Amino acid sequence: MNASIEGFIAATPTHDELDAWMKGRSFPLVEGTAATFVWRGEAEGVKLRHFIYGLETAQPLLRVAGTDFWWLTIEVPPRSRIEYKLEVIRAHGNEWVQDPLNPHRARDPFGANSVLQGEGYQMPEWVLPDPKARRGVLEPFSLHSAAFGARRGGHIYLPARYRPSRQYPLLVMHDGADYLKYSGMKSVFDNLLERLEVPDIIVAMVDSPDRLVEYGNDERHARYLTEELVPHLASRYPLLDQPRARGLMGASFGGVASFSTAIRYPGFWGRLLLQSGSFAFTDIGRRNHRGPVFDRVVEFINAFRNDPKPVSERVFVSCGVYESLIYENRSLVPILESTGMQVRFVEARDGHNWENWRDRSREGLSWLFRGPQMMVYE
Amino acid sequence: MNAVALARRQSSKPQPRVRQASVHDEGRSRPCAVAVLGQQRFVRTLSSAVASLAVRGRFALVTAGWQEREDEDQELTDYLGGNTVNLRLHHRADEVFQADKELADAHRKKQEILRYKQDFYRIRLEHELAANHVIRLRSAPKEVLEQEELASVVAVQKLDEYHLQQCAKVHAEFEKALSPGQRPDVRRHMDELSALLSDSKAIAVAGGHVATLLNRMRLFDLAGLLDTQAVFAWSGGAMAISERVVLFHDNTPEGAVAAEILDFGLGILKGTVVLPQPEQRLHLDDKERVSVMARRFAPARVLAFPTSSHLTLRGETIHSAENVSSLELDGCCRSFTEETS
Repeated sequence: MNASIEGFIAATPTHDELDAWMKGRSFPLVEGTAATFVWRGEAEGVKLRHFIYGLETAQPLLRVAGTDFWWLTIEVPPRSRIEYKLEVIRAHGNEWVQDPLNPHRARDPFGANSVLQGEGYQMPEWVLPDPKARRGVLEPFSLHSAAFGARRGGHIYLPARYRPSRQYPLLVMHDGADYLKYSGMKSVFDNLLERLEVPDIIVAMVDSPDRLVEYGNDERHARYLTEELVPHLASRYPLLDQPRARGLMGASFGGVASFSTAIRYPGFWGRLLLQSGSFAFTDIGRRNHRGPVFDRVVEFINAFRNDPKPVSERVFVSCGVYESLIYENRSLVPILESTGMQVRFVEARDGHNWENWRDRSREGLSWLFRGPQMMVYE
Repeated sequence: MNAVALARRQSSKPQPRVRQASVHDEGRSRPCAVAVLGQQRFVRTLSSAVASLAVRGRFALVTAGWQEREDEDQELTDYLGGNTVNLRLHHRADEVFQADKELADAHRKKQEILRYKQDFYRIRLEHELAANHVIRLRSAPKEVLEQEELASVVAVQKLDEYHLQQCAKVHAEFEKALSPGQRPDVRRHMDELSALLSDSKAIAVAGGHVATLLNRMRLFDLAGLLDTQAVFAWSGGAMAISERVVLFHDNTPEGAVAAEILDFGLGILKGTVVLPQPEQRLHLDDKERVSVMARRFAPARVLAFPTSSHLTLRGETIHSAENVSSLELDGCCRSFTEETS
């Protein structure tokens, strides 16, 4: 518990004393492993709504009697990054709001969350636009997919020093628009290429109109990527024609799409970056507790677990320890390793969100696609 | 006998000859002097090294490690007083590959094979170094531990040697099949280079992408074209003129990675492993890493060249050394001077 606030509250401070105490402090107040959330206002109740697997999802804040001051202290391990909202309970209804005292926000397709940055967590400097980094180019692309019987598209990232006379590795990134918007991947690639940590690379940022279907172990998607998109791109860009120069990347169901595509085309995709993959499985029975949308995922993960085979050369797996999928991902890693593929697994004190996937991308990308950093001595 | 003494004994055994390193000795002239310098980008020590070796006359520049920026040498030229000529090895190689498709294709294939070899070597190397680390952490009778730990270092040395042999084999097959030095396009450039060098008193090899630099110098057999010109080299350039090019970095996104041999160098600088930019790239306070590095490459001396450092030699004799650090068998780093050498 946070001794400073405990003692302060025990002395039953007045409204003015609370105001004075808050001055100069930033919230949530992080002191060591104690994080104190504060909300000011009239309400019947206030709850912390977070997305940490393993803790009660709703935790009530306590009111200092006779004031509008609500507070809650929880234990947060060092280097944690936690997305949350506050639920304000009033007579006319409940409202989930961003923490007005906290300037840190993370956006996602559903809006934005407040972010608690635990002690020791720092947003990596390589995720922010660097004026010294040369900017790559994003080009929209679109092609007719026979597999889907419809058009599919996205964006192509070309490195700043792109030259048609050179040959480049290719990375296919699922949910490209979301990675760009919520993980800032354009700046991430610009920076990692500038730092020579990742080689000049062409990235196909693909999108799906129905990701829960198409990314969830769908033969059509694997065929689209492997038999249609890659030849299409190879006819337009100078791509290295080697497994080690072809990668798939995705988060959540995008991880499933990446892995299931690699399994359908063993040996073709030499690099896999699987972030918080929704790798649901069962040890008995066919239906996972996560619901019917996972049925085809369960089918394919169960099949792989039953008969694991090497399908790629290198696989980087990452997952947040505050997401429920940590169980599935931890379970998958030794099975991947048993096949002889080179596997690296990284856990982070974070949840199922785009900034977690952003923060893990440098380590994954640079391990899968080794940049010329080791070669250049200026 | 402790591990350090065992390593010294092991190190004193004759090491297999480095094929390409010996090429320079066989009927070839030797540079009158060699200078290895720290990074020249922010603090330049080149002119003081030139003065201390009393070299006067035109400098031939090798900036092929800068790749497409090879021609951006104005600053360096001004620094050297304007009397320079850039050998433009990167540009020349591009010209050769444009004109001689057979050579270009073969060269690309050779590089591809070398990349595969490097990848497999790295896979094995990481396991060998991990084994050494595990052994170091174990508790066991002292003598057993020392023997096993030494054996693990010897295993790394053998792997390094195997990799070098593989590189030599790939280069030899390429030479035999293509005879690049006999091909008209390469020959023409070599003749031009020879003429440029004959009017130069020294050669300055800048850093950059060390594999590119090495490939370009090797394609035109630059070591063979040199007469008695003094050689000044820094960063990647210094690595390229040594016998073995060792790639290293302790500050990558994944942390300290295994130092690995890339290939033979030109062998102009003998008995020395060159580690530039230690400020950014090396954890010199990590005794385990320093010790393994020193013992692995022994009997060669393993020297770190920070900014403002230099080492100059006349023949095999060290003329001067300043701010150079030597990685020692016991894991310590010590100042390397002409006296301690």
